[in-house]
Amino acid sequence: MTDSAHARIQDLVSKNEVVLFMKGTPLFPQCGFSSRAVAILERIGVPYESVDVLQDQEIRQGIKSFSDWPTIPQLYVKGEFLGGSDIMMEMYEAGELQQLLAPQGASHAS
Amino acid sequence: MAMAADEIEALIRAGLPDAQVRITDLAGDGNHYAAHVVSESFRGLSRLAQQRAVYATLGERMGGDLHALQLTTAAPN
Repeated sequence: MTDSAHARIQDLVSKNEVVLFMKGTPLFPQCGFSSRAVAILERIGVPYESVDVLQDQEIRQGIKSFSDWPTIPQLYVKGEFLGGSDIMMEMYEAGELQQLLAPQGASHAS
Repeated sequence: MAMAADEIEALIRAGLPDAQVRITDLAGDGNHYAAHVVSESFRGLSRLAQQRAVYATLGERMGGDLHALQLTTAAPN
């Protein structure tokens, strides 16, 4: 199970520049941390793919070992794990997240 | 399932003996906490590595008994 979950996650983060693994959907987040992560991305205005782990038990478990990170939400940018909502907030407040996600930083050219 | 604030602090301090730990019960329900952890061992580490070090002290409890922990980390000024 883990192997197939990891393969699916790898596929998701390879094919999408910005991926947020979250509980619920951007419109209806099911947890305060996921809600905060969505709010940060919406504020920056970057397009992103979201994955609702509550709808997919395999990914819900697999993402924790894939990232070696025990909590959700989790943000991936260009295939790299960035962190959870606390790190997103710290990076946002420092202006680092905006810079990383700026159009030239995360283009959709591919 | 819930955890007491002093239990969280004890676990973090057991793993990071020099750490200054400040726990805030955000909702008053023993289930939603904020932790601010300051440790010399964080110096030079990325935010990701600093938070991983704190999560490591909490082990399986994180995401289990401890549902919601807002976490901020820093090296001492």
